[in-house]
Amino acid sequence: MALWKKKHKKRVKPNHSKGGDIASIVILLIMGTFTALPLILSFSNALKPTEELFVFPPRFFVRDPSLDNFHDVFVLMGQSWVTFSRYIFNTVFITVFGTAGHLVIASLCAYALAKHKFPGRNLVFGVIVTALMFSGHVTAIPNYLIMTKLGWLDNYLALIVPALAKPLGLFLMKQFMEQIPDTLLEAARIDGSREFAVFWKIAMPQVKPAWLTLIIFCFQDLWNMQGANYIYSEELKTLPYALSQISAGGIARAGATAAVTVIMMIVPIVIFIISQSNIIETMASSGIKE
Amino acid sequence: MNEIQKKSVKKEPFLPLMFRYLGRKLKRLGKEMANHKVSYLFIAPFCILFIVFYLVPVISSICLSFTYFNVLETPRFVGWQNYINLFFADEVFLTAVKNTFLFAVITGPVGYFLALFIAWMINDLKPKVRAVMTLIFYAPTISGQAYVIWKFIFSSDSYGLANGWLMKLGFLYEPILWFEDGTYIAPILIIVVLWMSMGTGFLSFIAGLQNVDRALYEAGYVDGVTNRFQELWYITLPSMKPQLLFGAVMTITSSFGIHDQLAALAGFPSVDYAAHTVVSHLIDYGTIRFEMGYASAIATLLFAVMILCNKAVQFLLRKVGN
Repeated sequence: MALWKKKHKKRVKPNHSKGGDIASIVILLIMGTFTALPLILSFSNALKPTEELFVFPPRFFVRDPSLDNFHDVFVLMGQSWVTFSRYIFNTVFITVFGTAGHLVIASLCAYALAKHKFPGRNLVFGVIVTALMFSGHVTAIPNYLIMTKLGWLDNYLALIVPALAKPLGLFLMKQFMEQIPDTLLEAARIDGSREFAVFWKIAMPQVKPAWLTLIIFCFQDLWNMQGANYIYSEELKTLPYALSQISAGGIARAGATAAVTVIMMIVPIVIFIISQSNIIETMASSGIKE
Repeated sequence: MNEIQKKSVKKEPFLPLMFRYLGRKLKRLGKEMANHKVSYLFIAPFCILFIVFYLVPVISSICLSFTYFNVLETPRFVGWQNYINLFFADEVFLTAVKNTFLFAVITGPVGYFLALFIAWMINDLKPKVRAVMTLIFYAPTISGQAYVIWKFIFSSDSYGLANGWLMKLGFLYEPILWFEDGTYIAPILIIVVLWMSMGTGFLSFIAGLQNVDRALYEAGYVDGVTNRFQELWYITLPSMKPQLLFGAVMTITSSFGIHDQLAALAGFPSVDYAAHTVVSHLIDYGTIRFEMGYASAIATLLFAVMILCNKAVQFLLRKVGN
């Protein structure tokens, strides 16, 4: 008995039995396979030549991989009225400016909410947390009317500006900034730094993991933004919109559609892989305290 | 002299006293606000945008919901008419409510606990393996419109994976029209939604689990915690309550907002309205029929339900581990 106990104390996690460990790994493998298979199938389909997409019985894995589908996408895009590079430019433009602006504006506000004791800060934060509790669908119609009033229809501003004030980004940044030690900021203030310099030179470098997290979340939203409600001119349309037009071609474009899906998913996945550890670090402080 | 003074204080009427008190308080508040001028400058850009694109829309949505408004004419006040029509004259809306609750009630809690369960199991793995597993489970959420692959899996012809394999194995003689048959639409869509349910909350759980104080586990072992489930309930979950709450908020918001995946797979409008949710109904009236007042009533109801659900779940989560 004593021996048994001793053996178990050495385990890193004292309350976990070996059998349970094995069971949980098996469950994870099964669920992981289920989750991954559709994505693998997307890749596999994108590499299938057209005749392989329409065989009976259907195959999961590609037998004779080719890049024809990707080639088709570029040909189809080349035929469109506006050049393909224009769509890419539009989406990159919206994504870069929207994300950078969001990072600066949300961080400024988060810094004041986390580190300044001004009257009304709990009210402001409370309202923003409440905004996490409803989705964008609720505000879609008035937002459209507001864009009309502002004259921002058919303008990038309609896509970029609302994204600057996303509550999720502010919330995560504020929670993360609370961990910055006050003494650090005090020291800088005593040295005579102005508040903006304290924010920009002392606080911001401390929260680099949170930057990346905000960037990823904002990037994902803007990267996938079709914006069809707000943008009418063909030369201002975004990449997801242009690609969705290809997919709308139906069964004849099955191969090109598969290629489009892969093009759209690969960028966010790569960015997530690069920044994963930083995101997890930020999310550790994501909790809503009561 | 002293007595006279006392008397005058006592005799002073209540109202001016209150005003003077309030005035003094306001003055102090104003002074304090002036001292924090910089703070207000810091929050101003975000708050102005937030007010214009989040706060004003919510309030105007509530106001518009009591009007008839078709964008061209000025809104006309109609009282509760929109709400009455929604509940008593619009059968499609009732279907949408039923579907939304079906999807939300199944995919919300199941997705939430699945995310927690998977995060909890992943937490025991070595860091490298953990990173790979996190990526695998999170990937469907960030892959844009990767869910269209389900359209291929459940394609209506014999080239789709499900039909093709079932026919090859002899279970079927002719292909099932998965997305055209009311009986199959909901179950398939629920699987797809669950497949995509490892979202922001999932990442929050993983982070929360990693930051539970290791010493607590040792202490728990000494105190007689004998297996991983007891450990989960008595030690792990209470230490990550804030993350649980955050995950719940994210899940509720997204499960009541389900529409995009359903429309892409089952069509919009779908057969028998089997995949028609409240958000679908909102989009239908808001962007296709341009009945903005009616659509605003739908948005207002959606808003109320989302907030109420969040409050209810927050209340329940306070009881975790107690």
